[in-house]
Amino acid sequence: MTRIGVVTFPGSLDDRDAARAVRLAGGEPVALWHGDDDLHGVDAVVLPGGFSYGDYLRCGAIARFAPVMSTLVDAARGGLPVLGICNGFQILCETHLLPGALTRNDSLHFICRDQRLRIESTDSAWTADYQVGDEIVIPLKNGEGGFVADESTLDALEGEGRVVARYLEVNPNGSRRDIAGIRNERGNVVGLMPHPEHAVELLTGPSADGLPFFTSILRSLVGAA
Amino acid sequence: MTDTVAHAQGSPEQTQPFSELGLKPDEYERIREILDRRPTSAELAMYSVMWSEHCSYKSSKVHLRQFGDKKPETDVLLVGIGENAGVVDIGDGWAVTFKVESHNHPSYVEPYQGAATGVGGIVRDILSMGARPVAVMDPLRFGPLDAADTRRVLPGVVAGIGGYGNCLGLPNIGGEVVFDESYLGNPLVNALCIGAMRHEDIHLASAKGVGNLVVLYGARTGGDGIGGVSVLASETFSEGGPTKRPSVQVGDPFMEKLLIEATLEVLQAGLVEGIQDLGGAGISCATSELASNGEGGMHVWLDRVPLRDASLSPEEILMSESQERMCAIVTPANLDAFLVLCRKWDVEAVVMGEVNASGRLTVDWHGERIVDVPPRTVAHEGPVYERPYARPDWQDALQADGPDDLPRPTSPADLRATLLAMVAAPNLASKSWVTSQYDRYVLGNTVLAQPEDSGMVRIDEVTGRGVAVSTDCNGRFAKLDPYEGARLALAESYRNVAATGAVPLAVTNCLNFGSPEDPSVMWQFAEATRGLADGCLELGIPVTGGNVSFYNQTGGNAILPTPVVGVLGVIDDVDRRTPMAWGPDGELIYVLGDTRDEFAGSEWAHHVHGHLGGRPPALDLARERLLAEVLVAGSRDGMLTAAHDVSDGGVAQTVVEMALRAGVGARCWVPDGLTPFSFLFSESASRAVVVVARSEELRFTEMCQARGLPAHRVGVVDSGLGADAGFAPGTQVLQVGDLFTVSLDELRQAHEGTIPAALSA
Repeated sequence: MTRIGVVTFPGSLDDRDAARAVRLAGGEPVALWHGDDDLHGVDAVVLPGGFSYGDYLRCGAIARFAPVMSTLVDAARGGLPVLGICNGFQILCETHLLPGALTRNDSLHFICRDQRLRIESTDSAWTADYQVGDEIVIPLKNGEGGFVADESTLDALEGEGRVVARYLEVNPNGSRRDIAGIRNERGNVVGLMPHPEHAVELLTGPSADGLPFFTSILRSLVGAA
Repeated sequence: MTDTVAHAQGSPEQTQPFSELGLKPDEYERIREILDRRPTSAELAMYSVMWSEHCSYKSSKVHLRQFGDKKPETDVLLVGIGENAGVVDIGDGWAVTFKVESHNHPSYVEPYQGAATGVGGIVRDILSMGARPVAVMDPLRFGPLDAADTRRVLPGVVAGIGGYGNCLGLPNIGGEVVFDESYLGNPLVNALCIGAMRHEDIHLASAKGVGNLVVLYGARTGGDGIGGVSVLASETFSEGGPTKRPSVQVGDPFMEKLLIEATLEVLQAGLVEGIQDLGGAGISCATSELASNGEGGMHVWLDRVPLRDASLSPEEILMSESQERMCAIVTPANLDAFLVLCRKWDVEAVVMGEVNASGRLTVDWHGERIVDVPPRTVAHEGPVYERPYARPDWQDALQADGPDDLPRPTSPADLRATLLAMVAAPNLASKSWVTSQYDRYVLGNTVLAQPEDSGMVRIDEVTGRGVAVSTDCNGRFAKLDPYEGARLALAESYRNVAATGAVPLAVTNCLNFGSPEDPSVMWQFAEATRGLADGCLELGIPVTGGNVSFYNQTGGNAILPTPVVGVLGVIDDVDRRTPMAWGPDGELIYVLGDTRDEFAGSEWAHHVHGHLGGRPPALDLARERLLAEVLVAGSRDGMLTAAHDVSDGGVAQTVVEMALRAGVGARCWVPDGLTPFSFLFSESASRAVVVVARSEELRFTEMCQARGLPAHRVGVVDSGLGADAGFAPGTQVLQVGDLFTVSLDELRQAHEGTIPAALSA
């Protein structure tokens, strides 16, 4: 079975949810520990949401120095699929696996809402099971989710089709160009501010629209094997 | 110089600042009698915090006994009143614990930290029963929405709850936001936590086993919150008095998250003999309660306590309410394993003391004995007061001043305008400005969250077994009649749980009142506790524990008596929960129960006329029980598409909330024998609106008839009314007989606009 690692940092909150999503998609979740630089042979990694290291200094700024990250950054540069959700997205930006940064919501409030998104790119390991233009509703919950980058970076992200998802109807946090998620050039690393792992069961989520993030990676790994 | 026991023995005449620490002269004398000498300053510190109203329940104890004395026959209670929190058997080997606590006074002084540490404290209470915290809820009460101080307190409280709770990874699934003049200057910030565990994992706070070690772990001890319980929570604020900010604790939710994970791991590994959280009264409370519940004695080396501020005196260390600390009793053989797990989570841990057979609680400070007391006299044998109480002389006049003469809307236009005004009233308006600042999704088990009738979480992912919890209180009813008001609060909470399809099992409470030194307030308290105890007996659900908050008054003005009642229910499969949003076209809308002309204490009288007087709605708990049985049976047998309780604002509010949640309109009509006004806005108790598919109608109405529950068909879900009513085709509207039609857009704007508009101004 395809093994997907889920990293727990001190202060990670959605690690159990990410593991559940992997399981419901048909994969085997593997718990990875921040202090262990061994990835235990996993086929892909999810950096879950939460407040790693209490968000001290700056969201994700301390997590990037965790032992697990040194290995993970190299592996990601070598093509290992990595999905960073919320705090995980912040960590990916801090490690420069993805460009830009996440800043305080323009409302200055933490916000939790069912957010409508449009899938903009299926050209990544984590979004292949969607169609471009799909509209999905998944939870968004963050205090510092405003995506910012300089204009040339934003132009490049858009020009190269590296915007993975955009906010529809409401831009909840002041993200530039309504960007909710992006990918790296190769498409193996994706950062997403909303939470697909909270939308994998109709019983507990606003929809099951988040599940394809997790089935996408399983399918792309099986295809590659 | 350190005030040692020996020094105290030799200096009986030394004057001591007992009154500054909140002790009365006769309480101080009693300490001297217990010890047969004057207390050392450290002992005085311990007694003062532990004998405070907040910790000792000295004014409320004689009344709270009724919850035990009148306990119904029940086999669901695994752990009862007196422990950190009661524990309830929900079946399949699962146990659930839940409790509410108040953090009212700190939240007024410093809204963000006061509210944040309220969440932290209740979560540690649940943790110290051995349970994994699974959800939180916050019943909140503030002054008028447009008051300047509300704009200071409310956003701070909400940000504090969110800032702390969101960072802990606990979904916030419900609660209340209520506005009333009497809470201006006395906001009520109550925090509830629910935890789950297997039966065999229940842990209690007792220090047993001579030679076992007392381990203090978590955050370092600092100078924050010194004397919080005695100075803040047990005194009335005086206008123009000094602000008391140094007595408010400062929270670090990241530390609390690590503490939760470390605690669950040491419990899971079987390394803990007894456990206690450090909250109010800090180390004084944890050591004396653990020792008092144990069988022997305890010795503490106080200089081993890791400090954030090296200049703290031993008295301050004993009294400090620094957050994010726990105390565990660990066998010497398990100590290393315990410390390893703490280190894994970067949690500092030290052996602070040892269980012994002395029968005494002794504390040393750098080799000198500064405390030597019988632990029970600190923790459990504090003063008990039979406070005088008397029915206030204004009560008769208040009850005589009923709402019957208030002008009522009768014309269709006035009824329509009243409806729009009511759904926009601060107490009835959407609270999503508040709740959208809380994470309701984390942990992935939230099945229902606000604005649903109760919060519901899945406990067992395989079987789908879960629990539902609601908290309620209408303080206006309690002011009109505290006995009935408490029963009505219980009934509403019970109904909310049943409305979602869960079977009500157990009760917790947070009793918020003014000064117990005022006989009128004490009468309200005595009546409310009597009402709640009687009500629980009648409904057959036990009180598992609770919290009392007195001194919620500024000057001579006490808050509305506010006995917040939390009810916990169990549902064998959360997949069959009943939501409040109704389904597709053609489904039928029923009001269950009897609607009478009852407006005393209602939201209409309050919002439209600023009136409070008369007698609260009549309550028949046998009917309430019947209604709950029908709601649960309707869910279990798949007859109900939706259900929603009728309370504040009446049937109109209930129907509007259901329509807005669904985004689908409906046609309603006024049943025979009722005026449109009474039908729409009366607040008669023991009612719910349910929606049934046409295919289930006969089965459902026959069930109601067989059981003797009145069921009145009052409407039908209909998405196609807009065009005929003169709106653009497709517009969703609510049509009330031939009286008026109003679009859901207009209702939504009114309902959702109030709070953001007030708070962004």
